Amino acid sequence: MKRVQFSSPYLPYLFLLPQMTVVFIFFYWPSVQAIQSSFYLEDPFGFGATFVGFDNYLEAFKSSHYQQIARFTVVFTILVTVFSLSIGLLLATTADTVIRGSGPYKTLLICVYAIAPPVAGLIGMMFFDQHIGPFVTMAAWFGWDMKVGIDYVDTAFAMIVVAVWKQIPYNFIFFLSGLQGIPVSVREAAAIDNRSRLGRFRTVTLPLLAPTAFFLLIINMTYSLFDTFGIIDVIVKDKAANNPITLVYKVYMDGFRGNDIGGSAAQSVILMLIVLLLTVFQFRFIERRVHYN
Amino acid sequence: MHKTKVVDHLILLFGVFIMMAPVVVAFMTSTHDALDVHLHGLQVTWGGHFTDTYHEMLTKKGGFTGEVTGARMVMNSFILGVGFAVGKIVLSMLAAYAIVYFRFRMGVIFFWMIFTTLLLPLEVRILPSYDVMTKLGLVNTYTGLIVPLLASATGTFFFRQFFKSVPDELLEAARIDGAGPFKFFIDILVPLSKTMIAAIFIIMFVYGWNQYLWPMLMTNEESFYTLVRGIKQILLVWVGSQIPEYNQAFALAILAMLPPVLIVVIFQSWFIKGLTESDK
Repeated sequence: MKRVQFSSPYLPYLFLLPQMTVVFIFFYWPSVQAIQSSFYLEDPFGFGATFVGFDNYLEAFKSSHYQQIARFTVVFTILVTVFSLSIGLLLATTADTVIRGSGPYKTLLICVYAIAPPVAGLIGMMFFDQHIGPFVTMAAWFGWDMKVGIDYVDTAFAMIVVAVWKQIPYNFIFFLSGLQGIPVSVREAAAIDNRSRLGRFRTVTLPLLAPTAFFLLIINMTYSLFDTFGIIDVIVKDKAANNPITLVYKVYMDGFRGNDIGGSAAQSVILMLIVLLLTVFQFRFIERRVHYN
Repeated sequence: MHKTKVVDHLILLFGVFIMMAPVVVAFMTSTHDALDVHLHGLQVTWGGHFTDTYHEMLTKKGGFTGEVTGARMVMNSFILGVGFAVGKIVLSMLAAYAIVYFRFRMGVIFFWMIFTTLLLPLEVRILPSYDVMTKLGLVNTYTGLIVPLLASATGTFFFRQFFKSVPDELLEAARIDGAGPFKFFIDILVPLSKTMIAAIFIIMFVYGWNQYLWPMLMTNEESFYTLVRGIKQILLVWVGSQIPEYNQAFALAILAMLPPVLIVVIFQSWFIKGLTESDK
């Protein structure tokens, strides 16, 4: 904090008022309501609600459909995270070694960051379209009769491809800035000690990039869990019937299409706990990283 | 040594190819007419129908109710992007000013209350948020579209960080010269933060422009649709017609990505700096 500060009995409150009003009405109120209604069974016709304790939670956990979606969410998150992180890392390390022309490469590689997930989903859908999609034609060369939107695995495949494509630039930006933060003296010393580029990468670069990688790991997990909503929605088009969806999409479907308010709220709270866990994990790690420096 | 360089360039070129090819194909296809795309698939060459496609997409009344045009959606997207960015800057500058420059007992508590909003993304509280909006009668309004999105702490942190780096001597000098809290804020702090404000503005504009889930919940009247929000519905109508209008669907996608992509490309260094420094 500042050594010198103003002191006034009412001014700081006045300055905080707009932000706090918005935060209270649009953050705390709904969050509390979500927790509250997760313990109630609401009448679908709006005739009050009955307290049911943990029933909504138990119902979610026991439902085989919910379990299936949870399993898909885990697989989806792992695949998207692994692929977008490793492709981003490969491109960043390569861009870091190239001196001439690295500017245009960088610009072209980060463009896609600015594209909204549903727009990425739309472009993806066109590439996986039954009539005009080049990916469907290519798959046919290998005898793969790809039916995105109808076949479970094929739809999952398309979702993962689009989600990875959209996330590569983000990882690229962070890995590259992490790499460029490694001091020249360290690089030179490593170059003298180890002739092989791969060896150098494994013993010097990778450990130094570990904090960035860990940070990105958490960010990519939250991305796969939440920010992919737009991609999934455009690909599934509200017809979740036989299509893979993630947990967030199920909250949306149950709440807005199925009118299961208590169930949807309980699922929201489960997701809140997952995010909280991820965030706490992240902060603890960042704290430790501060000590290293 | 020479060999590895060639390999490096090949890897990067391949990377550029997978990132950019879909965008280029989307644009090229949008310059063909619908029948052409229907018969021959996606295009990689210039089709010569650029003006037709985009003119029709911008002016034709589309959607289910036939009352929304592309131009209207462009306008709504700008309202959301600019409104969100300006709102974010005003709210968070004021809040950060109070937290950094004033000594008051509740300061720490307020700080943590704002901080907590970072823990729970909108996606996990959509239904209750929607409920609150119905109670307040804000469904299908620009206020309902913009204001609730301001309920997160990102901007406040940006400015808090920045204000803390401003030298203490400035405030001391200003106070000796008799400047009060308002004068100090407007005459010294705001001009000092100019670059910071610009950087946050572009990041927030892109963020607002690209919003999907919230506009989807808040606006079911098509006259309030933003480009990004309209994508799915418009898509269903256009691609579901006799000859699917893929070209217009692509034109819509191109239009929806153009402003944010341009901003990121033009202000690249600011953008990267703002991004990598704020997210940590």
